[in-house]
Amino acid sequence: MLAKRTLGFLSIVSAVVLVTAGCSSSNKASDSKLPDIPMQQTLGKGEGALNIVAWAGYAENGSTDKNVDWVTPFEKSTGCKVNVKVGNTSDEMVTLMKSGQYDGVSASGDATLRLIYGGDVAPVNTDLVPNYATISDFLKNKPWNSVNDHMYGIPHGWGANVLAYNKAVVKEAPTSWSAVFDKNSPYQGKITAYDSPIYIADAALYLMAKQPQLGITDPYSLDQAQFDAAVALLKQQKSLVGEYWADYTKAVQSFESGNTAIGTSWQVIVNLINSGGKANVGAVVPTEGATGWSDTWMISAKAAHPNCMYMWMDHITSASANAQVAEWFGEAPSQTLACAKTSDKTFCDSYHATDAEYAANIHYWTTPTADCLDGRGNICKDYAAWTQAWTDIKG
Amino acid sequence: MQRFSLWMFRHPRLKLALLLSAPLSWLVVAYLGSLSVMLVSAFWSVDSFTGAVVHTFTLSNFHTLVTQNVYRVVAVRSITVAVLVTFFDALVAIPVALFIAKVLPRRFRNWAVVLVVLPLWASYLVKTYAWRTLFADGGVLDWALAPLGLHAPSYGLLATTVTLAYLWFPYMALPVYAAVDKLPDSLLEASADLGASPMQTVRYILLPLVYPALIAGAIFTFSLTLGDYIVVKIVGGKTQLFANIVFDNIGTAGNLPFAAAAAIVPIVAVVSFLFLARRTGALENL
Repeated sequence: MLAKRTLGFLSIVSAVVLVTAGCSSSNKASDSKLPDIPMQQTLGKGEGALNIVAWAGYAENGSTDKNVDWVTPFEKSTGCKVNVKVGNTSDEMVTLMKSGQYDGVSASGDATLRLIYGGDVAPVNTDLVPNYATISDFLKNKPWNSVNDHMYGIPHGWGANVLAYNKAVVKEAPTSWSAVFDKNSPYQGKITAYDSPIYIADAALYLMAKQPQLGITDPYSLDQAQFDAAVALLKQQKSLVGEYWADYTKAVQSFESGNTAIGTSWQVIVNLINSGGKANVGAVVPTEGATGWSDTWMISAKAAHPNCMYMWMDHITSASANAQVAEWFGEAPSQTLACAKTSDKTFCDSYHATDAEYAANIHYWTTPTADCLDGRGNICKDYAAWTQAWTDIKG
Repeated sequence: MQRFSLWMFRHPRLKLALLLSAPLSWLVVAYLGSLSVMLVSAFWSVDSFTGAVVHTFTLSNFHTLVTQNVYRVVAVRSITVAVLVTFFDALVAIPVALFIAKVLPRRFRNWAVVLVVLPLWASYLVKTYAWRTLFADGGVLDWALAPLGLHAPSYGLLATTVTLAYLWFPYMALPVYAAVDKLPDSLLEASADLGASPMQTVRYILLPLVYPALIAGAIFTFSLTLGDYIVVKIVGGKTQLFANIVFDNIGTAGNLPFAAAAAIVPIVAVVSFLFLARRTGALENL
């Protein structure tokens, strides 16, 4: 009886589907021209609340560590109650911002352009953000945060994806990404990798040094042959991997329990593990260089609390808040004045915070497009192909 | 008020319509409506750069699903896991139900049933993370198996199957217990009197009679397993199940149309399962 009814329902459903699907085919496809979204001209009073999407560790209110708190002072001075939604990957952040429920986001370079051309974020009036003036010049008007010399966000900070290793297992600090890619790696089964299509760029970066005959110049601009080589390397790596991580709490727990001994990570994860005391983990940028991020606070085109969001963008790039978040997350602050406010006075030097040349050598996350980013023409694999390949790699 | 109820009494059909309209509209609008919207969007696509949904009819999602090898592999893996989970649960549920219904003194029975259902009161995530600790390298399972010279399985498909079988066990145990409980003792005694061994009694008397209950439990365990994507994320190591493909396309890739197309695969699997169950006639006895 049950089955008969179920089948009956399904035949109704499928009939509805076919009819509606037929109707919908007349709709026009959207093109990817720059959407016309107005820029805020004046700053009013705070709306009393703020909903933001942020990377783990970017908006700390003392609940992770009671000494790590730059949200509460903001709430006290502006009256904007902050709700933070942690995004685990750039893709997740884009999806969250598309829901229209958030006022702003700390977007990395592989999310920014998708948000701008998707009409999800509004251009930013930098005059309403006083702290913008003293932000490092080499972060302003960059291809990932501006269009036609107009800023779509306020630079937050930047850094490299590090190779983290458990010092109890990996006795000597690794110097090469081969520790996680080489098929004879002694750490088989204890290796972790980042669970996102953008991780293909890490394989491409390794091949850039390892197989120069492939001619990779930019790990985000891969033609068919280069892309195939990177995918093949990742499929081979899968036999070495113990688990993939996207959720940073799982990454922390995996190092602590000993299931992971080495793998790509963020400085903030390493800091969290070491402050927990259950494992002693080191972090290096190997000789091949590293992929990295340059993050930008962007305001939603549909922000319900735009004034609070502008106040937040100013607060997070103020010298003291920017110094705190940089030290907690382990990245270079965007604010030049932040270097005087860090608790460790050598912090900005060790992260090369004001070193434009060093910053230029990190391969920042950016959205791969069919039109190669390195100017070779229309022969590159786009992000949809990267996503498909990532599912395929995980098998 | 009295006149209204009198008037209602004289119009029984209207009364029935008013009574049923709320639940029926919920079924049609909220349940079938959302299902059909999902199925319609399976024929759309997304702009690969901005991620905006393109409302143009296309079969490309289904083409990808059918032609790309990886989806077939993952689908087969998920169905295998679902079958194994169902099988393990049935294998454990029958002796447990027999013990509670036929061996345990009557005054302990309800307590035993409460104990079987008790895990449902704890959070799903707590239980799954508990299994993650159990399966950890150097964890409790490793420690317990060490004297036998064995190693606990690492995070992977086996850990996922065990965890899922544990999670859905009450859904199998309850209907099987109810069926065994209804079984008259005299049948089992008659079988023994006529010279059947205990195994023969189970095989020829018990199994045919509790079969509908096994199918009812299997519907739960099978469809719950096919829809689960969290357990495999926590204890699955580097493997993935079909629900993860749906989840990754919503959460990571933001490709709702492809997720909708992929979601049809488990639906087809569950419907075929129900169809097979109906062929055996088990559903008529539910």
